[in-house]
Amino acid sequence: MADRPLQITAGLLALLIATLVLGTALALASQSGGASLHPADWSAIRFTILQALLSTAFSCALAIPTARALMRRRFPGRQALILLMGAPFLLPVIVAVLGLLTIYGRSGLLNAALQAVGIAPISIYGLWGVVLAHVFFNLPLATRILLNGWHAIPAERFRLAETLNLPSLFRHIELPMLRATLPGAALSIFLVCLTSFVVALTLGGGPKATTLELAIYQALRFDFDPGKAALLAAIQFAICTAAVTLSARFTLPSALGAGLDRSLVLRAPKGRKAQDAIVITAGALFLLLPLFAVLIEGLPALPFLPIEVWQAATRSIWMALASAALSTTAALTLAQATARKGSRLLELSAMLPLSASGLVLGTGLFLMVRPYIRPEDVALPVTILVNALMSLPFLYRLLFPEAQALHAAYDRLAQAMALTGWPRLRYLTLPRLARPLGLGTGLAAALSMGDLGVIALFAGQGQATLPLVVQRLSGAYRMDEAAAAALLLVALSFTLFALCDLGGRRAAP
Amino acid sequence: MLHLDHLTLTVDGFRLSADWSIETGTKLALLGGSGEGKSTLLMGLAGFLPPTSGRILWQGRDLAALSPAERPMAILFQDQNLFPHLTLGQNLGLALNPRMKLTAADHARIAQVLDRLGLSGMQSRKPADLSGGQQGRAALGRVLLQARPILLLDEPFAALGPALKADLLALVSDLAAEAGTTVVMVTHDPADATRFADQVVLVHDGVADTPLETKAIFADPPAALRAYLGP
Amino acid sequence: MKPIHLALAFLSLGHMAMADAPVLNVLTYDSFAAEWGPGPAIAKGFEATCACKINYITAGDGAAVLSRLKMEGATSEADVVVGLDTTLTESARATGLFAPLAATAPNDLPVPYTDANFEPFDWGWFAFVYDNTKLTNPPKSFKELAASNLKIVIEDPRSSTPGLGLVMWVKDAYGTDSANIWKDLADNIVTVTPSWDEAYGLFLKGEADMVLSYTTSPAYHLIAEKDATKSAAPFAEGHYMQVEVAGKLASSKQQPLADQFLAYLASDAAQATIPTTNWMYPAKTPAEGLPKGYETLIKPLKSLLFSPTEAEGQRQAAVEEWQTALSK
Repeated sequence: MADRPLQITAGLLALLIATLVLGTALALASQSGGASLHPADWSAIRFTILQALLSTAFSCALAIPTARALMRRRFPGRQALILLMGAPFLLPVIVAVLGLLTIYGRSGLLNAALQAVGIAPISIYGLWGVVLAHVFFNLPLATRILLNGWHAIPAERFRLAETLNLPSLFRHIELPMLRATLPGAALSIFLVCLTSFVVALTLGGGPKATTLELAIYQALRFDFDPGKAALLAAIQFAICTAAVTLSARFTLPSALGAGLDRSLVLRAPKGRKAQDAIVITAGALFLLLPLFAVLIEGLPALPFLPIEVWQAATRSIWMALASAALSTTAALTLAQATARKGSRLLELSAMLPLSASGLVLGTGLFLMVRPYIRPEDVALPVTILVNALMSLPFLYRLLFPEAQALHAAYDRLAQAMALTGWPRLRYLTLPRLARPLGLGTGLAAALSMGDLGVIALFAGQGQATLPLVVQRLSGAYRMDEAAAAALLLVALSFTLFALCDLGGRRAAP
Repeated sequence: MLHLDHLTLTVDGFRLSADWSIETGTKLALLGGSGEGKSTLLMGLAGFLPPTSGRILWQGRDLAALSPAERPMAILFQDQNLFPHLTLGQNLGLALNPRMKLTAADHARIAQVLDRLGLSGMQSRKPADLSGGQQGRAALGRVLLQARPILLLDEPFAALGPALKADLLALVSDLAAEAGTTVVMVTHDPADATRFADQVVLVHDGVADTPLETKAIFADPPAALRAYLGP
Repeated sequence: MKPIHLALAFLSLGHMAMADAPVLNVLTYDSFAAEWGPGPAIAKGFEATCACKINYITAGDGAAVLSRLKMEGATSEADVVVGLDTTLTESARATGLFAPLAATAPNDLPVPYTDANFEPFDWGWFAFVYDNTKLTNPPKSFKELAASNLKIVIEDPRSSTPGLGLVMWVKDAYGTDSANIWKDLADNIVTVTPSWDEAYGLFLKGEADMVLSYTTSPAYHLIAEKDATKSAAPFAEGHYMQVEVAGKLASSKQQPLADQFLAYLASDAAQATIPTTNWMYPAKTPAEGLPKGYETLIKPLKSLLFSPTEAEGQRQAAVEEWQTALSK
């Protein structure tokens, strides 16, 4: 069958991912003998899972009304708002944390306002601060995934439903769409939060908020116990595998079928205008205020950035593009292969990178590469590869439901018309998946741009990327320049993201 | 001759068997209630479902090794007969050459087919811009250009009104007669069968019966057909 | 894996052809080698005397440097390691990778310091830094701090060397009573950050009244930003020190060149770059003295420092004690 090359390529990709993610942990394990867990490690595991579950629940629960309101209302600036809402997800973690603190911190805007009206200040630090930050990062992701889900519903189904009354609109249209997309979105968010490190620690308020990732950090840095790090990494993989399995159990393939690409204007229920307006305004304020803070804080020093920052920015841009191209190709291959054969293993391999600890991945790769080559010589390619790997799960999540719908609707027609290989990609797959492909590629480029990845472990002289330069600047007291470089980073990431996303939406039928 | 030789098809535990043949140029209706396996048989013929046992032969040649696109058949599905993001010209162009490398002669053929179907000059329209009847015609244009000796119809016009459906079936009849095409049509509507088909195969209880002449079968309905037609 | 290895081996061939002048590989932490750190000036100064080339290999911080060294073992291509501190030196020594120093340069540390393997190149006192326009009466000891309502932000000892330094500070000052100090401090701690830059960033943002940093931190603001609003609070218990050291690897094939570099690092030329690049005290005060502005800094009367062996012996228990006290 024409499927064979696709399935073989996907299998090889899965193998490569497993080698990178699991092989690196094995490389660490081989460095030392046995390892055991302390009570502190168990409480780290508990806290890690708890905060990830809470963050996931809130992100998803808030994304449903936000996406629905955005879907059924048309207002000036709607497109721009949807686009801007993608930004929090792309912020380097510490930049986002500082942005959030401008609003919710001890001397933030919120507390200043509370104080002005005589209410006791609130503290962001602790479990709820961690959840707040994770929702800030992930609500936009969930909203975008759901919006894409709405878009994938054929207008014909809405017309049918509009002749019925409202509750059935939810049951017959929205619920199947949510069953098809939400478990995947929740899975991504859960796994992102699972490996949270800087957010959990900085906003967690102290060692109570220790995550697995910090335990890994400690094992590798101060205790130099690679075996322990590998054991902790194995626990992360186990949680990841359990989450993927659980989410697959809850996912129902969308049964909404295909339509004729009629443009969809969802008629809003009467009398709920105020409710939607509140949801949209609250969502926009929640997501945009901290972004605005990042802008304000970064602007003053922007004209005075040292030349190294601009050099690093150029380097980061082309690395991001290379990484996005790699990631998109891999995700499309895996999503299509899974859509056709439905292999659980392929899906697991696509989600596996989310469970990988950045430090384990970097250290393991370092150990694997070093006997043969100087790490500096491969710093940039390795960083591109690892960044592509890290954005693969998001891309896969975006592409998979739509690849599945595409397969269900048009595979037979394509087969009947001998549409295979490149023509099929060009005339069927790319145009039909343009929207998620644009969004996904943009996401991958921006994530790669903003992610420190493994560059810190590999970089030699003159190889720094923009995130590394931001880190180096703030490590040398130069907080203003760091803020400006971070702003530059955010602006560049966002531009890459917006170009790809808009491109995808333009190209979409 | 299309010959189903001790053919058995299985989908999710459901088995359907057929063992008969029809002459080239026959218009055959597969008649039966929903869930009886009419579409299953059609998908087996089209090559989307490999036989559990038995063979499908066309002019004495076993089709088992052929992919759907390689079979001497064109098919119209219940829906999704055209790619909604492509124009009519592109949709029809794909039928001539999946790589879309079209010669001037190809373009002329597309225009000619559109003229024949009453869709003159609509090359650059997308399916969503067409009425239901026009979409049905455009889909017919696609199979016409594929120019295969067998045409499989999986109730493609079921969503249209009865008058429109009758029009399109008449058109299919004319086109099939012009080219000597063998047509196998799935339907649950006995009226379609009487209007369109030379022979009828009853599909019921996991068996696709031997074809009978349409007039004969309705003049003296077998028990299964009587049960289906109701009192 | 085989084809990948072959490809990597092939790529590395490119590098062998480039050797002309001898290259001295210096493994150090990021901010030492950064454009605005001491690295570039020191490399330039040394290259002018040695007819060689300095190549910095970097890792995130002192702990990352040591962890990289442990991964590489005797196959490390580094000749010299710069930037371990005294909480790490014992563990570094135990690897057996370090060669004895060829010569020990005199230093001006406030406590006597000699080590057969490691040469100090800079040092600083840990201190809580505050904004003197907002806080006019800073606490004068850990006990006063703990009794106050002041909010502090500190670094995590499990991921950062200043964080570990603070734990050592409390341990050295209070011995067996240290757990109680941590218990009393718990309600003052706004949060704990993974590394120094996040803590300092939070402090500058106004999230805390004080941050764990160095007595020399105000010098950065004063000299680089002409901003005199930052001060370090002197504590009656004394101040724990961070001593940063350099050493050479026994596996280095450039022993004389490595010795030469370490000698240059101890020289006036190199030491003079330290105060305004690394914002620490030079191990040996250069002849021209410290830059203007350093005279405004507090001078703790009492300096605390565990010997490397004591520090290594205390580390794990002290961190666990910290963790338990703050997890309540």
